Amino acid sequence: MTLNAGDQIPELRVTPDKYLPHRYAGASGDFNPIHIDDEFAKAVGLPRNILHGLYSMGLVAKANAALADGNPRALKRLSVQMRGMGVPEQEIVVTGTVKSADGNRVVVDTVAAQGETTLIKNAEAELEL
Amino acid sequence: MALKTDAVGKEWPGSTYQVGREKIKEYANALGIDNPVHFDVEAARAAGFRDVVAPPMFAVVYSSPAVAPAILDPEVELNFAAMVHGGQAFEWDEPACSGDEITTATKCLSIEEKDGKGFYVFETNSVNQDGAQVARGTWTLIVRGV
Repeated sequence: MTLNAGDQIPELRVTPDKYLPHRYAGASGDFNPIHIDDEFAKAVGLPRNILHGLYSMGLVAKANAALADGNPRALKRLSVQMRGMGVPEQEIVVTGTVKSADGNRVVVDTVAAQGETTLIKNAEAELEL
Repeated sequence: MALKTDAVGKEWPGSTYQVGREKIKEYANALGIDNPVHFDVEAARAAGFRDVVAPPMFAVVYSSPAVAPAILDPEVELNFAAMVHGGQAFEWDEPACSGDEITTATKCLSIEEKDGKGFYVFETNSVNQDGAQVARGTWTLIVRGV
């Protein structure tokens, strides 16, 4: 795949199901109750149990790795800011624009959003394709 | 109230994580990543890896246990209850494969106050059993109302 500055990367759309935060908690070892206990989350002022920020970052990594057919060697660097809170059972859309392409080194600006809420912004991925 | 910054520059000794096939599979499944190199040892070897290979963001799995003692260190005085994970960066080198023993050391890079919030930045450095650099992480933790 030849990429040029300004190109859009293929969009990634994922709807995490109700129990995704529990599976991600198990996979990652992060059992903070705000992610897996709806009652606890509401008691501390959240709308409901929320997604792990690092799960959303994982989706950003996945969307970028797709440019290299998922080759785990391709992603060299990923830097993100976590903003809005993600929730289960609502579609997440990851979009990206190629910022620069120099030979096989590509830098992509990526955003993850859920409806009007931005989950991940200023995400910069550097790939070796 | 001025933020306590005594812990800037402090380092915490490495903690070691043993990477396993089932844990890689569990992580890849949670993210919906379906490349066979994360599940099947033959596919991973055919692609040039020693064993089943982890997706890059598996870095959080092997490096988080090394960050926890830094966050909870009384000298850092970080109010965990008011903390949000504001930013994260990783740089990757050698891929992490099943069977690897990855040791991660943590360092406090900076503690700064901005707009009434405390910004705590930690760096993790992960190396494998051969001494090869696997990943370097930068963790930005934001504490409200400092």
